[in-house]
Amino acid sequence: MKVDTSKCNYCGACVGSCPVNCIFLDETRIVIDENSCTKCGFCIRVCPMGAISAEWFE
Amino acid sequence: MRYEYDVLVIGAGPGGSMAARYAARKGLKVLMVEKRPDIGSPVRCGEGISKSWLPEVELEPQPIWVSNEVEGARIFPPDEKTFIKLSANKAGNEVGYIIERDKFDKYLAALAAREGADIWVKSPAISLIFEDKKVVGARIRRQGEVVDVFAKIIIGADGFESQVGRWAKINTMVKDRDIVSCIEYRMVGIDIDKNFTDFYLGSCAPGGYVWVFPKGKDEANVGIGVALNKLKKSGEVKKYLDDFIERHPGLKKGKTIEIITGAVSTCPVPQSIVTDNVMLVGDAARLIDPITGGGVANACISGRLAGEAAYEAIRSKNTSKEFLKEIYEKKVREKLERKHLRNWFAKEKLSVLSDETLNKLVDAISSVELTSISVKSLLDAVQKKYPELVKEFEDLI
Repeated sequence: MKVDTSKCNYCGACVGSCPVNCIFLDETRIVIDENSCTKCGFCIRVCPMGAISAEWFE
Repeated sequence: MRYEYDVLVIGAGPGGSMAARYAARKGLKVLMVEKRPDIGSPVRCGEGISKSWLPEVELEPQPIWVSNEVEGARIFPPDEKTFIKLSANKAGNEVGYIIERDKFDKYLAALAAREGADIWVKSPAISLIFEDKKVVGARIRRQGEVVDVFAKIIIGADGFESQVGRWAKINTMVKDRDIVSCIEYRMVGIDIDKNFTDFYLGSCAPGGYVWVFPKGKDEANVGIGVALNKLKKSGEVKKYLDDFIERHPGLKKGKTIEIITGAVSTCPVPQSIVTDNVMLVGDAARLIDPITGGGVANACISGRLAGEAAYEAIRSKNTSKEFLKEIYEKKVREKLERKHLRNWFAKEKLSVLSDETLNKLVDAISSVELTSISVKSLLDAVQKKYPELVKEFEDLI
């Protein structure tokens, strides 16, 4: 998973949408725990800025 | 460092500040922590609020945070040939003010401070502290220094992101159909009617709507919410908004001076919003109105109830889940659950209507003089013009 910080608005839409709570965010940083990630794609689709991507997401 | 308080409120939005205000007023020792350096900023909100609930939380509108007062709302169908006009009183005071949320949030935090609550900014909660499997405090990164704050009651007011609820194992998981992704531009130099909040329904915003909330004569928040289950690609919600603006010359000529993003939940009230020593308020408790996406009113109302319940629980020396359910959650349900559930059903219904059906509905409703907005008066109007449509809504009654 990749987060493009030049697009990210740090709004937390991805954090609240993640069904397994594997996204962490503070004011300047966003971290996705790839070990817990279930590849549901919620964060990629919910991100209003289109800042999250992954090679497995078409 | 170790600190001890009666009540620890995590998050200084409207829900947190109201909880801190009412708990502190009762004489409790209260700390409210906020991860941001600047309470209320950046804004994550469309900034439209209704008026009816303000007295319930002892709030008087202040010039510093009221940006504009509107006469009513207009609801446009996909063809935009006509619209439904709801005046503020007919809409049950669902419309009213366009506010400056950053100023509003700071104003509420100041109310809490004046009641005696301590406030730490730039102080995110990084984890909860457990003893015997019960939450007894939180670890806070206070402007860089990690400190432990112990409290008898912990109030999770940390918004849609809702870490406190998850850490405390309160199930506030939301399904994708009940999550709405939002983006909004604050635009200037546009053609709008300053006296109305405008809503656009249909395929321009699947499972949500486009809003234009006027902040001045040529200035408005132009935003969109789209249901997550209708979004297939990355960056799609922004494209929906850009396409809408592109189709409207009066908006297209404007300039954007701010981009605001976020997500809201549009689900029924969760099974539980408390656990031992912990209460959730506002967006963290998923108390956003499922049809309007409005969260400020319910955050304030639940915040007050939680602040007062904190006093009751501490006074009774009983901060158990069962007692908090009784003195807080039950009151939230009594106050909000009925309307919340009805609006959730209405949202589910609206989200599956075709553009064609929406055009007919709005056409039928806009052609009659509405003296009051009731389900019956609306259905009668539709029955008259498009009797075949009424069947689709019978189960809403």
